[in-house]
Amino acid sequence: MTGAEPAVEASGLVKQFGRRRPAALDGCSFQVGAGSVCALVGPNGAGKSTLLDLAAGVSSPTEGSIRLLGGHTPGEVRERVSYLAQDKQLYPQLTVAETLRMAAGLNPGRWDARYAADVVEQGGVDPGTRVRRLSGGQRTRVALALALGKRPDLLLLDEPMAALDPLARKQFTGLLMAHVAEHGATVLLSSHDLGELTDTCDDLVLLGQGRVRLAGATDALLDAHLLATGRGTVEDLSAHTVVDSRAAGRGTTALLRPAGPLPDGWSTAQPSLEELVVHYLGAPDAPPLDLSAD
Amino acid sequence: MTEPRIEYRIDRRSGVATYVQIIQQTEQALRLGLLEEGDQLPTARAVVEATAVNPNTVLKAYRELERKGLVEARRGMGTFVRRGLRTTPVDSGLHADLAGWVRRAREAGLERDDVTALFSSLLDEHFPQEAR
Repeated sequence: MTGAEPAVEASGLVKQFGRRRPAALDGCSFQVGAGSVCALVGPNGAGKSTLLDLAAGVSSPTEGSIRLLGGHTPGEVRERVSYLAQDKQLYPQLTVAETLRMAAGLNPGRWDARYAADVVEQGGVDPGTRVRRLSGGQRTRVALALALGKRPDLLLLDEPMAALDPLARKQFTGLLMAHVAEHGATVLLSSHDLGELTDTCDDLVLLGQGRVRLAGATDALLDAHLLATGRGTVEDLSAHTVVDSRAAGRGTTALLRPAGPLPDGWSTAQPSLEELVVHYLGAPDAPPLDLSAD
Repeated sequence: MTEPRIEYRIDRRSGVATYVQIIQQTEQALRLGLLEEGDQLPTARAVVEATAVNPNTVLKAYRELERKGLVEARRGMGTFVRRGLRTTPVDSGLHADLAGWVRRAREAGLERDDVTALFSSLLDEHFPQEAR
């Protein structure tokens, strides 16, 4: 991953909500390098939102620790971090302009009023409109203006584009990437849209049942895997780490982590990011792979 | 100041890596004379805002163009075209040769896809590339 000091460093994170329920996070460790755009993916209930809450300092871990921006606790660097939670915390009775003024008051010294106003106005949102009258997409844009207006070093975004139409998604991602390009910021964002992530993310963290299943640079993760198809059975591939396999005509197709050359007669291809994640989602017991500290 | 004149179009379904698409479109713009020596490429920030791709992808493409000697990064100013790519002007004779060949292929009953396949196989034969 890029940068010397990790921007996010999770070590053995456990989060337990009540004793009878399974842990929402169950020993979660990974790193995100400074300046990286990292996708946080996984099925519903995997612990993505819980993890982002911990990173933002909204709640505290039951065990383990999370350190931000070179070893700080979330509380120590609050003014350098923006968090866009799924329920956008906006006051419905305020106008957009009042909302931005309030954000300016809450972020003395860092607030870029001009930039925040631009983000809102480029989206065609009238500053005089009350927040409760905005559409879901307009609300997301105001929330993005609040997040970017702080000029944060770390952005934590929880499924930020769920309410957006395709054009608004592209604009949202464009603004986010422009901030990254200009400011060298780190982004950790959760999403279900794997196709969209392929072009935007340097790194990936796949969570499942509260644990890290895959973590690292997307290129390195893809290089570590092969899609193999051949006439044989999955037993022929026992020298390799098979993540997931299924019948393909009279033969087998398998996603695997090769330990050396494959047997003769097997054809191979590099999986796409989407294929990689889908195969792991379909194989919850596959062994995890963390390349994020490399 | 030279205004950046090209916009990149990223096709996510093409199967071609995004940074390769940026390289190819820049080279195409150089071949067509849309970009000439001294012209500025759009800044990484402008490209990512318009295309919603990761800045590192754009920088990777620009680095590769620089390695090929087509552009140069000037510190704090941007990335500029070093030389154009108009190596075969339309009137060099090659264009006419190829046009004649395409016409004969069509008269011989070849379909568009047949011509493309034939041409690609010859390209691969004469311009071997490392596997993608």
